[in-house]
Amino acid sequence: MNRLTATEDKLPASVFGLPTNFLKMKETDDNDKFLHEENKKREATAPDGSIIEIDPMQDYFCDARPQVSEPYKIKIVEKFLNWARSESIWVLGFGTGCGSIEIPPLVTPRFDMFRYGVQMRPTPRQSNAFIISGYLSVKTLKRVIRSYEQMQSPKYVIALGSCTINGGMYWDSYNTINRLDQYMPVDVYIAGCMPRPEALLAGFGKLKELIKTGRAEKANEYVENFDWYKANQKKIIKDWNMPDYNW
Amino acid sequence: MEFTVSKILWTLLGLFIVLNWGLIMGGTMRKIGARVAKRHGIPIYQPYIDLVKNYAIRTQITHGIMFYLGPVFRLSGGVGIFLFLPLIFGSDHWSNFSFSGDLILILYFQFFGMLGMALGAGEGGHPYSAIGIGRGLSQFTTIEVPMTLAVIALAVQYNTLSISEIVAAQQGGIANWTMITNPFATAAAMLSLLGAFGHSPFNLVKAPNEIPIGPPTEYHSTYLGVLRTNAAILHVVEAALFMNLFFGGATNWFELILKTFLIYFWSVFVGMVFPRFRIEQSVRWFVKIPLVLGIIAIIIII
Repeated sequence: MNRLTATEDKLPASVFGLPTNFLKMKETDDNDKFLHEENKKREATAPDGSIIEIDPMQDYFCDARPQVSEPYKIKIVEKFLNWARSESIWVLGFGTGCGSIEIPPLVTPRFDMFRYGVQMRPTPRQSNAFIISGYLSVKTLKRVIRSYEQMQSPKYVIALGSCTINGGMYWDSYNTINRLDQYMPVDVYIAGCMPRPEALLAGFGKLKELIKTGRAEKANEYVENFDWYKANQKKIIKDWNMPDYNW
Repeated sequence: MEFTVSKILWTLLGLFIVLNWGLIMGGTMRKIGARVAKRHGIPIYQPYIDLVKNYAIRTQITHGIMFYLGPVFRLSGGVGIFLFLPLIFGSDHWSNFSFSGDLILILYFQFFGMLGMALGAGEGGHPYSAIGIGRGLSQFTTIEVPMTLAVIALAVQYNTLSISEIVAAQQGGIANWTMITNPFATAAAMLSLLGAFGHSPFNLVKAPNEIPIGPPTEYHSTYLGVLRTNAAILHVVEAALFMNLFFGGATNWFELILKTFLIYFWSVFVGMVFPRFRIEQSVRWFVKIPLVLGIIAIIIII
């Protein structure tokens, strides 16, 4: 398993204007103690009687670092593809907080997001947009990161509600995060507590505008500042019993 | 059957037309579904945009060789049916590579894509894929039985295994269509068609809100693009197969488009009206009603 070895020289001096030198982490085997029993190394007997070693963290998960995925070199092709991406936004059906109650109305006749080319998908593999709908508890953050990393690039994040900006009414809660953009890059914020479905539709409009103009490249930003994001995530998720990379 | 360059070009042109008609038809049906629910729904060209978007995804992951081959097998299943299916009766250009035993080959191709997809999705390793495959194969097996009985009834009735000859025997007015001359076989086949198209009430296999989308759970980007391309082709060629077998075939493209639309609409119409079956309910339903109808068709014809 590749372990995070974030040091000062590997990190950018600052991200979003925040100093990153507080992220010094030492190499430890701390993670192993959180590993579930089924994810630990073990020996098994193959059908032919030979003993084989199984290391689930190596065998079942990919441990390659993510790569920056470049846009097409030919401008007009990339513009056309961006148009297609903006007109066909598939949203991961994952509700994280109280804001998830604002998503179902979008498929009803009153709001009907299908006419804007926005559709729901049940699996992260096929989704392009992730709506973080409201407060995010630490427990959910772990699942959110796994799901986000399983999505294929280009991918977009819409942060719905005040809780994703500064914690909102949960700003001093013991188990929710306050600033979403410390853990994953956000394309569009929709402020409010709670924003109405119309606001969500307006957010999709904004996201479309960003994609069409080629400014929705946050998936690459995540890759470029990967160590910083991982360090932030590991700081808050205490039982990190999963591989560092989840694709 | 002859393999000349012009023949191959005509066949490719036919495939292109069928693909486009499949995409437009799919969009139209979703639009109709939306209007039933009093929504505006997607624009009818949305399937094109979705397809371009899927092919334009920048990253892909793989789980192994079979994972790659799954969508390829599925596509060859769809294209395979197309290649051996005469589209327009009496036309040299649009009869594709149909030959005297094409009916059996097409029945085989129907299952071929399904099995390839099962192997590919199995390598994806997702538990939902495995559940989806189990459900899909068990449902499709029970669909195949009445469908095959209906086809055998037709083969006995017309004394041939060639689709072109079956179409030829039905020319000369609606009274000659299999729908009138062999209503039991038609009923058995049209009921199993509901399952083959996979709309409600038989859409448990791939329903997004049951087991997240079933076998294609792990498929994304280009893989999904290939699967969707195949779905568009498959919907048209399956409808065209049933048109040829039971509804007198088509003598021009307009007739083909009208008839395939109505045959596909039959499954969408039923889907709009009836809620989803659980898998054991749908399997039980297929071995009850369509199977009995198929057996009656065989008994009558023999």
